[in-house]
Amino acid sequence: MSGPLERRAVVAELLRERGDLLLVTGLGGTTWDAAAVADHDNNFYLWGGMGLAVATGLGLALAQPQRQVLVITGDGEMLMGMGSLATVANRGPTNLAIAVIDNERYGETGEQLTHTAGTTDLAAIALANGISDSREITDFDGVTTYRERLHAGGDSCFAAIKVQAGNPTMVLPPRDGIMVKYRFRAALGLGGV
Amino acid sequence: MNSQSTPAWPDELFRALRALDVRQIAYVPDAGHKQLLNQALAEPSIEAIALTTEQEGVALAAGAWLGGQRAAVLMQSSGLGNCVNAIASITRACQFPLLMLITMRGEWGEGNPWQVPMGTALAPVLDTMGVHLNRLEDPGAAYATLHAAGTQCFAGGGPAALLISQRLIGAKAFVE
Repeated sequence: MSGPLERRAVVAELLRERGDLLLVTGLGGTTWDAAAVADHDNNFYLWGGMGLAVATGLGLALAQPQRQVLVITGDGEMLMGMGSLATVANRGPTNLAIAVIDNERYGETGEQLTHTAGTTDLAAIALANGISDSREITDFDGVTTYRERLHAGGDSCFAAIKVQAGNPTMVLPPRDGIMVKYRFRAALGLGGV
Repeated sequence: MNSQSTPAWPDELFRALRALDVRQIAYVPDAGHKQLLNQALAEPSIEAIALTTEQEGVALAAGAWLGGQRAAVLMQSSGLGNCVNAIASITRACQFPLLMLITMRGEWGEGNPWQVPMGTALAPVLDTMGVHLNRLEDPGAAYATLHAAGTQCFAGGGPAALLISQRLIGAKAFVE
């Protein structure tokens, strides 16, 4: 069974009054979800590199220790990069939060079930890796509470947010990663290349 | 292992990374990187980040660049095989800088035949991926070669790899 929450409402809540939050999204549905909320200079969307959203967020978080970084990705993408949870936990950044929009499906490829539809518990995995604030969220109040937590900063945190199966309409952010990279850096006051 | 316990060339590589203002050093360890890694781990101004797989380092370097820092990724040649999609789909697609320090296996007296196919494939794979190859065989050229490779890379000249030859490192001994 997939979860009860509607993914676009979840992502909109996580990004509500986002302030100077920096966002990395994972290949697939979460990139469309973030674009559906609003394109933003502080967003970096992955259109490729499956399994690498969390590692990208870690490099960014270490480079920008004064800014809060959020990685929003899907369960299939997270399953491909589970080692990165160990890397994050052992590095221990104090400005990195992870939100997995978990529909228990590979939504982009025909709704095939992921392992989270079966025996796999991503929040338990994150906890066992050493991210002590790891939670599974199944109601909207939990999303609101997690939003407050991730904006507040502090030790890394992880949430697997159980959402409904099914794909909302695609909302596409810029697909030119070079432009988005420049734009992201410029918004941080950084130069070219 | 190398008969000289503390050769100068790893220190020169570290000095080049400092001169390049590399602030994040991500690694899956290799014996050939031990001396350099120990220096990185002891340097408070550098984040030395242990990875579970080399491809994390490719993404981490992209994230570092987004946030205004330079990174280097240390790996053994077999690890490059784990990075192919990351380099294509992140580094190349977005024109991120990527500086890799790769210690070679599968050449010069390799005692483990399982290392040879990836070692042999490494250079043509890097070439196919559009990664500039910079071979290091002469220990006296360590600083200059890495500094040149990194300068070009971080100036927007494309991803670069320093291939540290097994002849320089010394082939691993397999002794029962």
